[in-house]
Amino acid sequence: MSKRIDVKDLNVYYGKFLAVEDVNINIDAKSVTAFIGPSGCGKSTFLRTLNRMHEVIPGARVEGEVLLDGDNLYGPGVDPVTVRSQIGMVFQRPNPFPTMSIRDNVLAGVKLNNQKISKGEADALVERSLRGANLWNEVKDRLAKPGSGLSGGQQQRLCIARAIAVEPQVILMDEPCSALDPISTLAIEDLINELKDQYTVVIVTHNMQQAARVSEKTAFFNIAGTGKPGKLIEYGDTHTIFSNPTEKATEDYVSGRFG
Amino acid sequence: MTTTSLTSSRGAGRAGDKVFSGATLAAGCLILAVLFGVALFLVVQAFPALTASPDLIKGGEGFFAYIWPIVIGTLIAATIALVIATPIAIGVAMFISHFAPRQLASGLGYVVDLLAAIPSVVYGAWGAAFLAKEISPAYNWLASNMGWLPIFQGPASATGKTILTAGIVLAVMILPIITSLTREIFLQTPKLHEEASLALGATRWEMIKMAVLPFARPGIISAVMLGLGRALGETMAVALVLSSGALTASLIQTGNQTIAAEIALNFPEASGLQVSTLIAAGLVLFVITLGVNMIARWIIGRHKEFSGAN
Amino acid sequence: MTATMTPVKKRSALTKGQLPKWAPYVVLGLALILSAAIMALIGFNAFGWGILTAILFTAGLVGWSAAAEGGRKAKDKLATCLVVGSFLVALLPLISVIWTVLVNGLPGLTDPGFLSTSMNGVTGAFDNKTVEEGAPVVGGIYHALIGTLLITAVATVISVPVGLLTAIYLVEYGNDRPLARSITFFVDVMTGIPSIVAGLFAAAFFFAVVGPGTKTGAVAAVALSVLMIPVVVRSSEEMLKIVPNELREAAYALGVRKWRTILKVVIPTAISGIASGVTLAIARVIGETAPILVTAGFATSINYNVFSGWMASLPTFIYTQILNPTSPSNPDPSSMRAWGAALVLIILVMLLNLIARLIARMFAPKTGR
Repeated sequence: MSKRIDVKDLNVYYGKFLAVEDVNINIDAKSVTAFIGPSGCGKSTFLRTLNRMHEVIPGARVEGEVLLDGDNLYGPGVDPVTVRSQIGMVFQRPNPFPTMSIRDNVLAGVKLNNQKISKGEADALVERSLRGANLWNEVKDRLAKPGSGLSGGQQQRLCIARAIAVEPQVILMDEPCSALDPISTLAIEDLINELKDQYTVVIVTHNMQQAARVSEKTAFFNIAGTGKPGKLIEYGDTHTIFSNPTEKATEDYVSGRFG
Repeated sequence: MTTTSLTSSRGAGRAGDKVFSGATLAAGCLILAVLFGVALFLVVQAFPALTASPDLIKGGEGFFAYIWPIVIGTLIAATIALVIATPIAIGVAMFISHFAPRQLASGLGYVVDLLAAIPSVVYGAWGAAFLAKEISPAYNWLASNMGWLPIFQGPASATGKTILTAGIVLAVMILPIITSLTREIFLQTPKLHEEASLALGATRWEMIKMAVLPFARPGIISAVMLGLGRALGETMAVALVLSSGALTASLIQTGNQTIAAEIALNFPEASGLQVSTLIAAGLVLFVITLGVNMIARWIIGRHKEFSGAN
Repeated sequence: MTATMTPVKKRSALTKGQLPKWAPYVVLGLALILSAAIMALIGFNAFGWGILTAILFTAGLVGWSAAAEGGRKAKDKLATCLVVGSFLVALLPLISVIWTVLVNGLPGLTDPGFLSTSMNGVTGAFDNKTVEEGAPVVGGIYHALIGTLLITAVATVISVPVGLLTAIYLVEYGNDRPLARSITFFVDVMTGIPSIVAGLFAAAFFFAVVGPGTKTGAVAAVALSVLMIPVVVRSSEEMLKIVPNELREAAYALGVRKWRTILKVVIPTAISGIASGVTLAIARVIGETAPILVTAGFATSINYNVFSGWMASLPTFIYTQILNPTSPSNPDPSSMRAWGAALVLIILVMLLNLIARLIARMFAPKTGR
């Protein structure tokens, strides 16, 4: 239950402005891929095009193809809603639904789509998802409490549980640890390591050590200057990117000379 | 086209989205239709009065001879209300935003909002039963001491039910409107500007003159315009307080009439052409208030940071 | 006492040339006494005393300040006095209105049967008897209370869906399109429609569609809706706007459709603010008189049907009882009923305001952040 993603000649526009230019990338199933690069280089924008979340922003559009096991996300007749239920997303700031309990947050994807589910199945799904997000032991006694009462790190893991409860093929993470303290960050990184056994994980991060710790492959994005489009500079094994990159810009960035 | 895992739509399908967004769009358009309908139905129903032969209209001299004295009366009442309410409202807003202790400010704002919550008919009853009686000695004094001014020409009304009393009641009613909008914009004055002038050694009043008032001027103007719109259209305060009559320059004699009060007093018993005449009067009022409000909104719109939420 | 301590008497250089802290109190005391003396000479009344004290206090404090501290400080004091004074002046009508309604309204409200009887069959003869022979005041506001509640309820049923859906359009679908901007503009314009014009519109509409002279509770409800819809739109719009975009994105990312996201995530998050706004809108229209006057007629008996027959309401009841007393020769019982009704109306409005505030406070989502 995990699929690969192949991106062909993808351009992303905000209105007339070309934000990301000509990306080609192949992301393997059941692996962790990290996107790194300086602020504003378009890595988050590009991540959003992988499950059509960029369409929420007025004026954003793409050209090119994103193939999920060969099916084009932008093909005719494809419903963005279906895309998003197969490719989940975790955001920068933990965002549990404030009006729902922990349990309802986990079930949100199912319940909000009005799917019928028996109580037994729901209980099993909640436990499975929370265990999958390493949160079960911490919250099993207070499933009926509001999700917003948890700590930041717990909230983020709740959001991950919520994402895996809809059983996606791919999980996208947009700087999932940037709002968290180091201990919570460690917990999330451990979780990412476990998730790759079942899912394809793509993570955007500002933290190069984090990319080095969790990912198998790393893509480096860069931007030539303000007003210029972001580009994929180099993509390869994480080890290679950090120790022996081909491009000068990559080397400058990973060695901390800029960015 | 081949069916892939991505094109097989599931669950509550796209139809729900279409229906729902269609419903919200319809509601929005309904509002535009209602506003258009207000204008249209008023014009249609007013038409007979505008085309009828002059001797059939109340007063016997045609619609324009009928309408212009009460338009002037409406403007007089609204002007009195503005002259009284504007300085007080600005003072109150300034008190709440810059003078009152922080902990008290929101509570005081609520007290002013209470003024807005009192129904207009209660203000009318208060004006007729309490204010008119209490204020008539003052009118006698004005008539005997300042009677040389046309607006205070005697003899003063014995009941105190004059256009000036109505104007005072209107002033009380529009006070909270102007206050809450003005207060909002006072609170939006950039703190940096205020601190910059205080750091130069300005007193509080100098700071307000240098930093707050220049920033707030367009907001105050539009707040006053909105208050004016309300004063022009307010019915009950005038209908209950004023004992109406022919147009007169003196504010302390009985006389004068406003459009809204004229409609309220006569519409319930009106029939036939008189209904049309009164609806035509309503149309005139609608056009006047529409103009005033659109100017006010235009001023607000030019200064986007200020939201006229009320 | 050691020699290193500064002498107690020396004033700091920073407070030199400044009025002492007690100055305003001294001036206030002098102003009170002086104005009391003047009032005693020309005939005492509390209102005049207050005004005179304020004038003397301002003049005294500003004059002293000008002499001791110079013009700039004096101007500042003058501005402060004027600003505080304008606030006190604004309080006067509020206190006076509430006091008048309480004093005049309590006898009416406590009259037995006031809340449970209508004016059906109550004629001037009864009121004449009350005044001349001291018989109890008969009649009450039951029919008007029912009318007000029914008309307001129907207006709410019309306004809330239209207003809420429009607000959703503006926030979730409008995207600042020309149509959305024109709706926003005209909603703002609509808030300025005089209430009597709204009444005339409803009357003109029903005269044209149903037939001349159509006056029912439903016509009045339409008139009130014209006034209520823009208020509901504006307050709901504000509330929907402050729902964080992150929540919408979270739902979309779970593969939830937009309309279900709005219904199940956005609205529940904003519901307390929306409910509070709706309550305030009800409080605003429940006291409207003019539109009902031209649309629902005057009834003296109970009418539960908003779609046929004239209907009374509290505001129009007050209005007619004052302008056309039941017994023209003895208006006192009518005036008592009018004030009683006014008290009931104010209590209703204040209750609604209070409920709105409680809803906003109690059911606000606990964000924990």
